[in-house]
Amino acid sequence: MNADQHGHGHGHLISFDPTETDHDHHEAAPQSGRAVRIGIGGPVGSGKTALVAALARSLGDRVRLAVVTNDIYTTEDADFLRRNAVLPPERVEAVQTGCCPHTAIRDDITANLDAIETLESRFGDLELVLVESGGDNLTAVFSRGLVDAQIFVVDVAGGDKVPRKGGPGVTTADLLVINKTDLAPLVGADMDVMTGDATRIRGALPVITQSLVEDPAATEVGAWVLEQLACAPVPS
Amino acid sequence: MGLATLVLADARFPGGGHVHSGGLEEAVARGLVSDVPSLETFLLGRLRTSGVVAAGFAAAAAVPDATAVSPTSDNHPLTRPSPLVSGDGRYSDHRHSQEWWAELDAELDARTPSTAQREASRAQGRGTLRAVRAAWPSPVLDELVAVNPRPHHPLLVGAVCGIAGEPPEEAARCVAYLAVSGPASAAVRLLGLDPFAVNAVLVRLGPVLDAVVEKAVTDHLPAPSAPVLDLMAQAHVHHHRERVRLFVS
Repeated sequence: MNADQHGHGHGHLISFDPTETDHDHHEAAPQSGRAVRIGIGGPVGSGKTALVAALARSLGDRVRLAVVTNDIYTTEDADFLRRNAVLPPERVEAVQTGCCPHTAIRDDITANLDAIETLESRFGDLELVLVESGGDNLTAVFSRGLVDAQIFVVDVAGGDKVPRKGGPGVTTADLLVINKTDLAPLVGADMDVMTGDATRIRGALPVITQSLVEDPAATEVGAWVLEQLACAPVPS
Repeated sequence: MGLATLVLADARFPGGGHVHSGGLEEAVARGLVSDVPSLETFLLGRLRTSGVVAAGFAAAAAVPDATAVSPTSDNHPLTRPSPLVSGDGRYSDHRHSQEWWAELDAELDARTPSTAQREASRAQGRGTLRAVRAAWPSPVLDELVAVNPRPHHPLLVGAVCGIAGEPPEEAARCVAYLAVSGPASAAVRLLGLDPFAVNAVLVRLGPVLDAVVEKAVTDHLPAPSAPVLDLMAQAHVHHHRERVRLFVS
């Protein structure tokens, strides 16, 4: 139900209806004149790099994009992207975080901003920069000073209780991805429990379940990313 | 200490310092630092060499911003002669000019023979600049950045102290402390050393820190060198191309 049609003859500016799914009109818009920045975070091994690779493959022809990877396994991840010929090497910048991946995306975003600006000055016409955090814990979220929107990636093999545990990543990310759904029967994860908990805890914020084995193009997440680009102001 | 130097020396200051180890990671990789005593030796050497150079330049850069602080106040650093300016009365016109910053920039380059260390200093300066511009906007920063968009970190710290009206001694103390606190924190992270023991090491360096500050403000841009630190900084960058390194420097 819309805020202005809730049954007693007048409208409210602010809706208190938790099922309200209208876009938040007060969200900070990305600055014009630069690429949209999307952060991809989540625990170690949940499939962040594989998702970045899938997005680069599926969107690379349509969107001028570049990637920033954060350690701990900086060289590992950057090499993975380059080796798979997903992106030419000059479109991948690796950041070292001094053993503190969450610090580099949240408390002190300097190293990541430097990497983004390096890419932006190298390619003047970038539309999208994906910033992949180092694998961290459920409390790690990106600073709004670093990214315009963020995806938090968890996987079914990490246990079907993860969404219920919450934490800022699961509860506040603009998109929650529950990854590796093809493994659910093998690890005894109950998808209904995971998606039910996730939806309950996140309210109106979207949740996507996916298996990159079954859908190597990450179609749904790719569509969500394109929506973010469409929302961004036209570069001036 | 004044607020500016407290903020700049705070480990939570968002200037990108946490990704630098000041050569500590390379020293650990070579087995030169493996425990608290070897860390203490490393920090002592670093403080007396690159620490002195950095502190000297921070002090030299920390002349007050005339637009922010009255130069007629007593006990003001303006009354001290600058090592870079002759006594022909040019002092007040010369300081904070691009020419003046260019001179300091070149002198610090000349005292930093390792390209990796010059790069690390400028990377930290560039990182610190974002936070500094938001907190202490000033035309002094524009002049400094006009010389090089990636200013050396000690010059930027000195500039901020000048803008905030804090004396050169404080700028020197801040930079000298950072020269050892960064590597000490890196040692805790890389080696899992007891953080209380490492903190005690930093405090034990107090008398040396005082001596470094004294040297920084009295000597004419001091130039002690530490060839092993230079070589390790170069090796760190080289090794990063071959295997994982967790710190930038």
